[in-house]
Amino acid sequence: MSEKRPGVLPTGTVVRVDAQAQWDAAVRSSKSREASFTSVSGSPLKPLYGPEDAQLDVERDLGLPGSFPFTRGVHPTMYRGRLWTMRQFAGFGSAQQTNQRFKFLLEHGQTGLSTAFDFPTLMGYDSDHPYSEGEVGQVGVAISSLEDMQTLMAGIPMQEVSTSMTINGPAPILLAFYIACGERAGVDPKLLRGTVQNDILKEYQAQHAWLVPPEPALRMICDVMGYCAQRVPQWNTISISGYHIREAGSTAAQELAFTLANGMEYVRRGVAAGLAVDDFAPRLSFFFDSHIDFFEEIAKFRAARRIWARKLRDEFGAKDPRSWMVRFHTQTAGVTLTAQQPENNIVRTAFEALAAVLGGTQSLHTNSMDETLSLPTEKAVKIALRTQQIIAEETEVAHVIDPLAGSYFVEASTQRLEDEAQAYFDEIERRGGIVPCIEAGWIQKEIHRSAVAYQRAVEHDEKKIVGVNCYQESDAGPTIELHRIDKSVEQDQRARLAALRARRDARRAQRELDLIRAACRSRENLLERFVAAAHADCTLGEIAQVLREEFGKYKEPKIL
Amino acid sequence: MIPPTAASLSERLIAGDRSALARMISWAENGDPRFGPALDLVFSRVGGGARTGITGPPGAGKSTLVNELAKAYRAQGRKVGVLAVDPSSPFSGGALLGDRIRMEERTLDPGVFIRSMASRGSHGGMAQAAVDACDAMDAFGFEELLIETVGVGQAEYDVVAAADTVVVVLCPGAGDGIQAMKAGLLEVADVLVVNKSDLSGADRLVNDLDEAVHVRFSREERFAVPVVPVCAANGTGIDELIEAIRTHREWLDAQGLAERRLEMRVERVRQVVDAQISAELWSQRGWREQARAQLRAGHPPHRVARHLAQRALSSIPQAGAPRS
Amino acid sequence: MSATSTTTGSSADATRRRIRVLIGKPGLDGHDRGAKTVATALRDFGMEVVYTGLHQTPEMIAEVAVQEDVDVVGLSILSGAHMSLFPRVRKELLSRNMGHVLLTGGGIIPAEDIETLQQDGFTRLFGPGTRTEDIAKWIEEQMQRRWASEGDQA
Repeated sequence: MSEKRPGVLPTGTVVRVDAQAQWDAAVRSSKSREASFTSVSGSPLKPLYGPEDAQLDVERDLGLPGSFPFTRGVHPTMYRGRLWTMRQFAGFGSAQQTNQRFKFLLEHGQTGLSTAFDFPTLMGYDSDHPYSEGEVGQVGVAISSLEDMQTLMAGIPMQEVSTSMTINGPAPILLAFYIACGERAGVDPKLLRGTVQNDILKEYQAQHAWLVPPEPALRMICDVMGYCAQRVPQWNTISISGYHIREAGSTAAQELAFTLANGMEYVRRGVAAGLAVDDFAPRLSFFFDSHIDFFEEIAKFRAARRIWARKLRDEFGAKDPRSWMVRFHTQTAGVTLTAQQPENNIVRTAFEALAAVLGGTQSLHTNSMDETLSLPTEKAVKIALRTQQIIAEETEVAHVIDPLAGSYFVEASTQRLEDEAQAYFDEIERRGGIVPCIEAGWIQKEIHRSAVAYQRAVEHDEKKIVGVNCYQESDAGPTIELHRIDKSVEQDQRARLAALRARRDARRAQRELDLIRAACRSRENLLERFVAAAHADCTLGEIAQVLREEFGKYKEPKIL
Repeated sequence: MIPPTAASLSERLIAGDRSALARMISWAENGDPRFGPALDLVFSRVGGGARTGITGPPGAGKSTLVNELAKAYRAQGRKVGVLAVDPSSPFSGGALLGDRIRMEERTLDPGVFIRSMASRGSHGGMAQAAVDACDAMDAFGFEELLIETVGVGQAEYDVVAAADTVVVVLCPGAGDGIQAMKAGLLEVADVLVVNKSDLSGADRLVNDLDEAVHVRFSREERFAVPVVPVCAANGTGIDELIEAIRTHREWLDAQGLAERRLEMRVERVRQVVDAQISAELWSQRGWREQARAQLRAGHPPHRVARHLAQRALSSIPQAGAPRS
Repeated sequence: MSATSTTTGSSADATRRRIRVLIGKPGLDGHDRGAKTVATALRDFGMEVVYTGLHQTPEMIAEVAVQEDVDVVGLSILSGAHMSLFPRVRKELLSRNMGHVLLTGGGIIPAEDIETLQQDGFTRLFGPGTRTEDIAKWIEEQMQRRWASEGDQA
């Protein structure tokens, strides 16, 4: 404590007031690089953040890693105990080709599998359906039957490797193929680890790979949750996704809000179906985008954990701490990649991957630089994997848990995103809930509005993209080696399906389809029936067709 | 490519060429001078089609309802023409025409024709184009004509006023019942539909509307405007709606639908004549320059107007007997 | 052409001929951000845009083009199936005497495929990073030229 001297304020006070005033004056009188500074989502950014911006109650708002509200991470030791899973999304052509790519990635240090399916599979059509013409194997692997699934997983120990499957409308059918595949290989379903995306609400909102309308789709999701809780307890039954919402053009706050709102709806439905929340909520996982605004993304991941923990414990009354946790996979933002000067994409992906790690992701996919133009080549996907390995092994960011906690800017951003998400939750409730919002097209319109605003910002040069609206190069740049899918894949699939149909017990297959039809009309668990149908060699398209006939096809609302 | 003439296009239309019908509608929309003569050539075939206007506030589910109506009429073996009108942007003059997304299952049905039309401003021109488009579809052979508009402006009222039966579609929530009364939709309705009848508030809305129609009259006196609950999303209530439309049509026939249509055609002739004369006088006959000169010389505007009008009227003969 | 003059000067003028565009999403591809953004931009440029929605077969797109009497058909595809679907759409259009429409499109289409398709009826295709403004201006230019040569009589 300083001496009191007449006419002079205590030491320290004078210095601070002067410094603040000086800085304010300097900022006001300096040139500014831009007219306004915003995050990629359009949120205004102050030049400087101080303690007054991050009014934190450490116990209430941060907690410790692995405990409520999990802002700092879902596990006590996070990456000190175990690194995030390096899980590169892969899939193209035939099951055999993808099986080879799976093995390549596992050999090079990938620690989990992530499966991309082609559009016919995503939409529930066999490779030989008329709608499948030209599409077989293009954006992912073609899986029409249990036999295809067995080829996909050949030589891969299913009891050891966790497999994520990016499938939604027909997810229960593909899961049935996977379970049946494990059974045929002698692997007890209790040992199977992995995820089906199975997040139908975001399909209606963003990805558009739907099958049947919302109510029957939600019923099937509850069937999956119920079946797996008993028989496949290590399986993550839904990967509640924000990635696609963000890629469709939403802001960070919208991605956060719509994802968690969808998640809460699944919890509501599970409970309404008679499941105890703690029986299924621990197996709900999440999937977020990691976009180019470094700090906004880190804040978003932290906000997601805090919001969900609070909602599940305080609103849904979940008692098991595992129900309160947001365990999530992240993919770097495809939408930020450019076709111009594609090697720059390696850099973008690296920053986005770093943000995901600093945000505490459990599993990560890094995009390849050539993905704006086609499927990734081996060379490009290896660099993407190495990006994660360099972060893990060289930067030492994984040595300290939630290193950015306490940063005034990061904490303020975390709080801002939580508040913006809550405003959306309130609005969704005002409008009657998430399903009415989807049917009215409100969510889709919000996303479209953000997409249009972003496009305008880019075209008016307010949002700069290197190589696109600044630092352009006039020549075409290096030719990117394209990974093409040969027409023979489609032909081979046709032949395989014809052979399958010829050799299977047709009556048994038809009986299983009839049982599925009956189960649609009753309350029988559909996943149970799908597994039986898989063993009878019913195809994906045949099963999906019964569902379409019984439940109707989903028709999109008018958005434009 | 040789551009079609009124004669060649109307021949193709009579022969059942759908692209000729589509082109004729475009001529109507664009005020193409070939439209009038082309319609004249096929006019004997116009009149068989029944015209139903479907209007209401945005979000009421009109497009889904139109799709269900089309499906039901097709099941009866009737051919359906749909005109889906959406507002043009007041800023750019462009338009997003997305109604047909809800009628997608009808796209490949040879007995259905769907045309999207932009309002192109609210000068009444669109209403004329809509009537013309209906005439063209009628001449082609479509028996049920469904005209869908968003019921928020005068232009939309003009369009549905051209229909024989106006169906106003509301849905529960957002105080639609009260809004409809304020917006004047209630006055134009011959049939009221409460869509999304599965939602809470639907029953209350039906009751409120029932009461309201007993207080007011429909466009034609003494037609009891029915309130029909439907759920377009799952097809409930569609048969009842078709029945209500049929009942109204029967009533109109009894009231002299033919006369009413004739009156509308008279009005249409008036509009076309006025437009032609006005266009001719002001751009071709030097009236604009006359007016300008007289005003510049200091004559007050009303005197200038009276002067010009008198000049015209004194040289226009009485209509006289019609010549074929 | 119309005898009605543009007395009010409003851009939303009753009988001015507008460029009518069909934006189609052929095949099973569900990515519509690009299609919807382009449709919105063309509307902002004063065009009348019919959007088909997702999951259209080539026949459906051609049929809509006929009914709507469009001047332009723009296809958007990100699923790699363009070499199958784009030519099929063109074939369906030709079989309906719609060979006169301006055929364009975009999405994830490698440069070599763009060249092939541009030799085969697609006047121009646009890759990722294209400004919607440039697409709109190009369409306008193309249509002005065509209308001028037709003498506004189509």
